[in-house]
Amino acid sequence: MATVVPLADAMADLVHDGDSVALEGFTHLIPYAAGHEIIRQGRRDLTLIRMTPDLIYDQMIGMGCARRLVFSWGGNPGVGSLHRFRDAVQNRWPAPLEIEEHSHAGIANAYVAGASGLPFAVLRGYRGTGLPAHTARVRPITCPFTGEELTAVPALNPDVAVVHAQRADRRGNVQLWGITGVQKEAVLAARRSLVTVEEVVEELEPRPGAIVLPGWAITHVSEAPGGSHPSYSAGYSTRDNDFYRAWDGISRDRETFTAWMARHVLTPGAEAHR
Amino acid sequence: MTAAYTADEMMTVAAARRLREGQSCFVGIGLPSTAANLARRTHAPGLVLVYESGTIGARPDLPPLSIGDGVLADTADAVVSVPEIFNYWLQPGRIDVGFLGAAQIDRFANINTTVIGPYADPEVRLPGAGGAPEIAASCREVTVIVRQSRRAFVDRVDFVTSVGFGSGPGDRERLGLRGGGPRTVITDLAILEPDPASSELVVTHLHPGVTLDQARAATGWDLATAAELRETAPPTPEELGVLRHLTGDSGRTRP
Repeated sequence: MATVVPLADAMADLVHDGDSVALEGFTHLIPYAAGHEIIRQGRRDLTLIRMTPDLIYDQMIGMGCARRLVFSWGGNPGVGSLHRFRDAVQNRWPAPLEIEEHSHAGIANAYVAGASGLPFAVLRGYRGTGLPAHTARVRPITCPFTGEELTAVPALNPDVAVVHAQRADRRGNVQLWGITGVQKEAVLAARRSLVTVEEVVEELEPRPGAIVLPGWAITHVSEAPGGSHPSYSAGYSTRDNDFYRAWDGISRDRETFTAWMARHVLTPGAEAHR
Repeated sequence: MTAAYTADEMMTVAAARRLREGQSCFVGIGLPSTAANLARRTHAPGLVLVYESGTIGARPDLPPLSIGDGVLADTADAVVSVPEIFNYWLQPGRIDVGFLGAAQIDRFANINTTVIGPYADPEVRLPGAGGAPEIAASCREVTVIVRQSRRAFVDRVDFVTSVGFGSGPGDRERLGLRGGGPRTVITDLAILEPDPASSELVVTHLHPGVTLDQARAATGWDLATAAELRETAPPTPEELGVLRHLTGDSGRTRP
């Protein structure tokens, strides 16, 4: 059964140096507050897993949390590059970053396999692309029934999955709706999990189409109102597109970036997500 | 009557015209999204926009900045998970048109959005694959929209992120790719299509005022033309009006 605990306590309990950590949320419900807490706690050598390394991974990479990145699209959606990610890959700043690169369909299926308790996923993908030559974690597989050649990707089972959702009750049952990405799969694939929520309520009112992650499938739940900013939480906030554009300028230069992080993330009480 | 317009506007209008009423279209971010929304607001109101965030049949007022903006979910016929959008909708070949951008494209319409230069030590690290490899493999046909320059139009891409025609005729079949591949490449100068015999991209239309020499100068291989070379019809006042509304002072234009 999930325990509802403050974010700093949840993170100290769940994420340790060297862990593989998946912060998911497909444009919507990105767990910024949780990522900032990982940065504040100074975690190092993390394997960061995420389909779309968004600004939050740009920040974590730039602050030196990551040793390795498993991903399928690393950009600032609609704006351009992730400059800290690029600086790490091209110039090894602030540290070298190993990358393991996939397609969206590959990572999504790897999470499905992880959540399903299977060793690998099979998909019609990757063939003819340059991706298999650069990751051993993509292999051809022959269909035992038709003889067709397909692609196998090994299951993703992160040490920790972190997602953001709209609500939880006091027993840690979580309700999540809107664009649901791969959040459910990531939580169920992971060994430990944290769900940050906009609010903790007494009773979850039924909501058509919403996913409910039962408290017994989650390790910790933490209240983090506004914790998806500058992404958004449907029903609570809208996407701050201006911030995504502004990040291009903030992140382009190492010193501007470092100063911004010091002021908006590292300074106690000045967390950027508020 | 035609009005003054920019090369980008000509490109976006030409791309929008490729989409037909009632088709389903898997839309990439940026220019493809603008063009698909233009088509939906002009000649193809029943165009079904599918975004990889899992929104099917979205009807945004303005092109979203990101493929996961709330307006897409709020206006969609259905919102599904990311595994579902790729496994149930894209992979079996249910989507008519894949609409993609590119950083590099080569003579066989292979697309690179991964790295410029060597993979291990790139000159430019680009965002990577996203949904594009499987969109290019599985949609019934693919339209690519990309500005034409020697930097982008190269003889061989540095990295094959998404397969066009591989190294030539028969490659898609050998790889087991089920969709028909790139049928049209639309640039700010011209429209290119694969030659039926060689699978190599050739110019079929030049946009008004553009010369073949200009298109060749912006291409990194010896660019050929189709037997019949035509001029693209210029944007109509209606097309321009709707496009400018979509990309206007809304705060949602592509930067």
